[in-house]
Amino acid sequence: MKAYLTRRYMFSASHRLHSDAMSDAENAATYGKCNNPFGHGHNYTLEVTVSGPVDAATGMVCNLTDLDDFVNVEILERFDHQNLNTLGEFATAVPTTENLCVAVYDILQRGFDHAHLEKVRFEETMMNSFEYWGENRVIE
Amino acid sequence: MVYLTRKAEFSASHYYHNPDFTAEENQRIFGKCNNPNGHGHNYTLEVTVKGEVDPGSGFVVDLKQLKETMSKEVLEALDHRFLNKEVTEFFTRIPTTENLAIAIWQRLEPKLKAAQLHRVRVYETPDLFVDFYGEA
Repeated sequence: MKAYLTRRYMFSASHRLHSDAMSDAENAATYGKCNNPFGHGHNYTLEVTVSGPVDAATGMVCNLTDLDDFVNVEILERFDHQNLNTLGEFATAVPTTENLCVAVYDILQRGFDHAHLEKVRFEETMMNSFEYWGENRVIE
Repeated sequence: MVYLTRKAEFSASHYYHNPDFTAEENQRIFGKCNNPNGHGHNYTLEVTVKGEVDPGSGFVVDLKQLKETMSKEVLEALDHRFLNKEVTEFFTRIPTTENLAIAIWQRLEPKLKAAQLHRVRVYETPDLFVDFYGEA
């Protein structure tokens, strides 16, 4: 029996949306308030969805403590209360929430091997959210 | 195809223990959830059905019938129960959120008449939920 398990986490970080490939005027036009050179912050909600057969002995897709430990060390401790622009993931990529989804998906995909990674979803505010399923997923 | 989701809440207690594991293994794998006296949650259940909209009624499914089926087959059996001791599925299966989603699917699926069951989602807490789509 295949089931999908989703866990929610929260962290807070700042960022500034700015592309070196664009002029100052283009950056201001594209990113608006998010281009403020001093940056601004969000309380991000991260949802990680993993899947797999429910283990007959444990009743679990994966042990939550393994998922929590991985996310705490590899994501929350690195991202929480940081300026995203200063992190290696965003040395060349603009720290939009789209790119944040991809960065976190890649960290999980590379390092978490207790269940199959399905999806990373971010709520940047209560009014917007972003999902990344990896490159190969076609949503019906 | 239109998808319709109905929510319900129930409260129940449970604990995680596999008699094939040693006491030490149970403690290591299940942690606080291994306390044999149990602990409880306010669960939120979301049942999603799918189907074509009936041109006569404008419904995918008769909501009243769906609500009654959920109440009779799921809530009456699970609400304010100790899952390990009072719900037959969990005499042999560990009442994790995964197995709870599967058990609820298996209770509902044969009883739903017009609509086709699409997904059972069970929130154990606001920060943890499991989806089951009936996949083998």
